[in-house]
Amino acid sequence: MAYELEFEKPLVELRKKISELKEFTKHRDVDFSDEINKLEARLEKLENDIYANLSPWDRVQIARHPNRPTTLDYIDRLFTNFFECHGDRCFGDDEAIVGGIAKYHGLPVTVIGHQRGKDTKENIRRNFGMPHPEGYRKALRLMKQAEKFGRPIICFIDTKGAYPGKAAEERGQSEAIARNLFEMAGLAVPVVCIVIGEGGSGGALALGVGNYVHMLENSTYSVISPEGAAAILWKDASLAKKAAETMKITAKDLKELGVIDEMIPEVRGGAHRNVDEQAKYIDDVLQRSLRELLPLNAEQLIAQRYEKYKKIGDFIELQQHVSVM
Amino acid sequence: MLKDLFSKKKKYATIPSEQAKQDVPEGIMTKCPKCKKIMYTKELVKNLRVCISCGYHHPMSAPERIACLLDEGTFHEYDRHLLSKNPLDFPQYMEKIEEDREKTKLNEAVVTGEGTINGFPVVIAVMDSRFRMGSMGSVVGEKIARAIERAMEKSVPFIIFTASGGARMQEGVLSLMQMAKTSAALKLFSEQGGLIISVMTHPTTGGVSASFASLGDYNFAEPGALIGFAGRRVIEQTVREELPDDFQTAEFLLKHGQLDAVIPRHELKDKLTNVLDIHQSRGGDEWHMN
Repeated sequence: MAYELEFEKPLVELRKKISELKEFTKHRDVDFSDEINKLEARLEKLENDIYANLSPWDRVQIARHPNRPTTLDYIDRLFTNFFECHGDRCFGDDEAIVGGIAKYHGLPVTVIGHQRGKDTKENIRRNFGMPHPEGYRKALRLMKQAEKFGRPIICFIDTKGAYPGKAAEERGQSEAIARNLFEMAGLAVPVVCIVIGEGGSGGALALGVGNYVHMLENSTYSVISPEGAAAILWKDASLAKKAAETMKITAKDLKELGVIDEMIPEVRGGAHRNVDEQAKYIDDVLQRSLRELLPLNAEQLIAQRYEKYKKIGDFIELQQHVSVM
Repeated sequence: MLKDLFSKKKKYATIPSEQAKQDVPEGIMTKCPKCKKIMYTKELVKNLRVCISCGYHHPMSAPERIACLLDEGTFHEYDRHLLSKNPLDFPQYMEKIEEDREKTKLNEAVVTGEGTINGFPVVIAVMDSRFRMGSMGSVVGEKIARAIERAMEKSVPFIIFTASGGARMQEGVLSLMQMAKTSAALKLFSEQGGLIISVMTHPTTGGVSASFASLGDYNFAEPGALIGFAGRRVIEQTVREELPDDFQTAEFLLKHGQLDAVIPRHELKDKLTNVLDIHQSRGGDEWHMN
């Protein structure tokens, strides 16, 4: 069943009309080609209008599209020789995060990402892409392994957030996330992170401390989900749309805020429309990033990463005056 | 008559008159939220804000904490000149900041600086939950990162007292990035051999617990402090599982291996001094170390 997004409704209706008309002309001896051409031109214009003016909330819908390509979809298309590694060596294997070794245009790399399911059954197995502490610890284990063997690390970010639950708290969800931020800051190999869907809060950031952080055009990255923000700020989760507009969560906003390095364009209508094409867009940016980072030594990589994050933030600095309490 | 004994008497609640209300000035008495005992605020403050009858640890402001922990007259504050902006143009954000600045006389939700603890020099950061629930925005992240950099320059231990609801919603993703900024600063400091001590106080949740609060070489907490990643209500609503009464308290975390120790406030200075001492001394002359 085709999943339609609200803002796409006018397009869907128009397309339906066109196909009805085409069907009609097939069986009757009337020529509607003029009308069809006119409608198709209108469709083209409407598509351009709609996709060029997506609101933040529309983008949230695209980022959450059930058919939106996941980490494994991109791993299939961008890497060869992928070998998945499991387990954190402490507690278990969290399938909400996948990771392993692979080759990227011949270069050995480690690739890690959040993994949503494609259907309900897989989503249950993968906990809807919301990791437990063991997921983050597996990711860290693989990053340390990459560092040992001098492999660059590529992270795909796609999660609503770290899982909120009793077991997660007992096993130290906070510590697992904090540890990843801490250790990623000190990795002696290049780290490139790409937000491909939803970047939900600390659970996303735990795979997101990189030399370069890129974002797909229709992905989001935020401190809290629009629903959560609305519930906290206005005590009404139904104001999520308003929250999405206020919170600056789109790739364009984040580029302006200096949080991400590059916005990767998406195929018109969203990455799910053509995954192969989308993978090519990612490939371009990823190749460029790695070529820039590979000549840097460990010290330079760590310093570049530190400077990048040290710069983020917006505040007023008055004339220095020191006071003693 | 005997039956009068059993007849119901109407009971009326007494509402104190305006006059009576004014007899007890605001703040002179404090009611313990745990044991409900009412005590003189002065007495409570003298007891480091630990309830005299049940031992409940009332929240402490950053200036109070610094006064009771550092050697008198040694504290030197950093970065009072950083002020929050409104990067998302969030309605009423600046007004709220202004109110809290007025109320607390602080520039932001963390006080940073240097001083000594029983003679041991330290750089210290103390969060204050009175200021926007101790939430972390750009200024809090920057002040903490700068304090860590100073500890690095001076090669002295870094101690952080956390008290925070988490990342500051009104600064959006910039708040989230402060988690990365502060953690990265701690990593550099740690690589240099710097000692990090985290003391989690009530409450330490969300983005703060998922960054510097959990990254101490030693992680301590005060008794009864609420510490966790996701709020209790969020968990109850999403997974609908029964949560134990002590869920996400310091004691719960200790039991699950997430803390080195839970330390009552009265013992804190001595315990910290001991840790600082062990890290400072080289074992005397008979141990030859390189």
